[in-house]
Amino acid sequence: MPESRPRNGQTLAERAAFVREQARWIRKRALRMVFDARQGHPGGDLSATDALAALYFDVMRYDPADPRWAGRDRFILSKGHATGALYSTLALAGFFPQEELTTYMQPLSRLNGHPNRNKIPGVETNTGPLGHGMPVAVGIAIAAQIDKADYRTFIITGDGELQEGSNWEAAMTAGHRKLSSLTLIVDRNRLQQGAGTEDTVGLDPLDDKFRAFGWDVVEVDGHDIEALLPLLDGSIRHDKPLCIIANTVKGKGISFMENKASWHHGVPNAEQYEQAMKELDA
Amino acid sequence: MSSPVTQKSGLFDCRDAYVKTLEALGAADERIVAVVNDSVGSSKLGGFRDRFPERLINVGIAEQNMVGVGAGLANGGKVAFVSGASCFLTGRSLEQVKADVAYSQANVKLCGISSGVAYGELGPTHHSIEDVAWLRTMGDITVLVPADPWETEQCIRAAAAMDGPLFIRISRMGVPALPRPADASFTIGKAEVLREGGDGAILANGTMVCRALEAAEALAAQGISARVVNMCSMSPIDEEAILAAAQTGAIVTVEEHSVRGGLGSAVAEIVSQNTPCRMKILGFAGFQPTGSAEFLMEHSGLTAPNIAAALRGLLGR
Repeated sequence: MPESRPRNGQTLAERAAFVREQARWIRKRALRMVFDARQGHPGGDLSATDALAALYFDVMRYDPADPRWAGRDRFILSKGHATGALYSTLALAGFFPQEELTTYMQPLSRLNGHPNRNKIPGVETNTGPLGHGMPVAVGIAIAAQIDKADYRTFIITGDGELQEGSNWEAAMTAGHRKLSSLTLIVDRNRLQQGAGTEDTVGLDPLDDKFRAFGWDVVEVDGHDIEALLPLLDGSIRHDKPLCIIANTVKGKGISFMENKASWHHGVPNAEQYEQAMKELDA
Repeated sequence: MSSPVTQKSGLFDCRDAYVKTLEALGAADERIVAVVNDSVGSSKLGGFRDRFPERLINVGIAEQNMVGVGAGLANGGKVAFVSGASCFLTGRSLEQVKADVAYSQANVKLCGISSGVAYGELGPTHHSIEDVAWLRTMGDITVLVPADPWETEQCIRAAAAMDGPLFIRISRMGVPALPRPADASFTIGKAEVLREGGDGAILANGTMVCRALEAAEALAAQGISARVVNMCSMSPIDEEAILAAAQTGAIVTVEEHSVRGGLGSAVAEIVSQNTPCRMKILGFAGFQPTGSAEFLMEHSGLTAPNIAAALRGLLGR
């Protein structure tokens, strides 16, 4: 079975350092995509990047040359608007040429604002409308359960997205069926499009909600790779689905974007872009 | 009004053909799973559950989840038959049908049980007279409306054999087995001429096909030769058969569906841009009043005598 990244002999610190370098590249590439396209969702790209990098460059097994290999681990980006980060990650992982990222949202590009599995290798299901990833991930995990297969299924949802009821239908099914191959990462940046989640329709206590639905729940700093990796890499056994509440910062890594709802789909001007790139290189 | 379809004997519930076929397919192919929304009984899937307990996935009363789970099972290599009352399967989950199934091209077979006005007195919340219109606009999903048990079985077999999204209406209304030659075959995208005729054509699908045949019989007695075409495959649709029907000069369409967006609309889209001819679209005008399914069909003129009268009207005879 292909391993995306052999971990043998590496310390946690070495693994984390490797993932961090990939995350830095993804952040810069995603921001350039948004800058060039003059549109996108940079705030949510940047908050989800570290989890994406951890999954694709340490945790998941997959084969870019055979993207629908039956034994692959599956990843679903339920917050489908974070395509700057997703496409950068998939290109870096070798699913399609990195040069193609320059076509992001250009006319007839396959790199649409939201991902299309029939056009982009590595995408499992077409997301965009919120609340769609969880049910599909639950279906995949049920298929694995029926087949006694050992592949795993990972989802990243936004936090505001959890206001969609379909997530909770799926969460109930996952808890009921003890879908232990399922891992949900909640990108808990506490901001939705226009305001804070807790000022809109509060989600807290989010951990208790998932526990009540039959999940194991852990809370972590979503930008602390060394903390994320042991939670994700299967070294802790679960007999329930696992919810990782990843406390993140919307716009993470760029001082003037951090924690600002306006950067949900804001686009930097040339001066801001230059400053942002400097900060990401620092 | 008395017609053969109002008699109870010799009529079939297409759900029986559906589950019998699904069980046979399931025995031969382990990839086949059924997903339900607490609808084991109304989908008649108790037998499937007893034979393949692990492959009957009941997600509870949660239709959005049901359709997404179906797409996920397909991702995991399963052939997912997602089965629920058509009104909820399509209406409640329309965005899941669009994004997770049609747009994603997932290998999911959506089985809309008790479509049309089968739920009668339970009212418009439970009627499903919009489903074909909603799904037909997506283009990337096959839409089938079988007319009898044989055709239901063929549709289910074709659904399992093809890789991709599909919606099929499965009626609980009693329908007769349609007369067919022994070598009859079913092909997605092909219409079926059940009766030849040149004075005009009646295009129908689902529970209306037997009534269309009955109307043609009555018209024949009056010296009018009406072609009857079974339009089971709504998407893709058989343009050639529709254009040939238009050559007769008059088309009546009949469907257990809204007159907006269904069979009549689909036929008009093709006829109007190629071979314009006179048309009459029979179906439901909108939300229906209280009444049994049979009453509602009569109330909206979905009867053999009214179908015959509609064609005579177009012909001026």
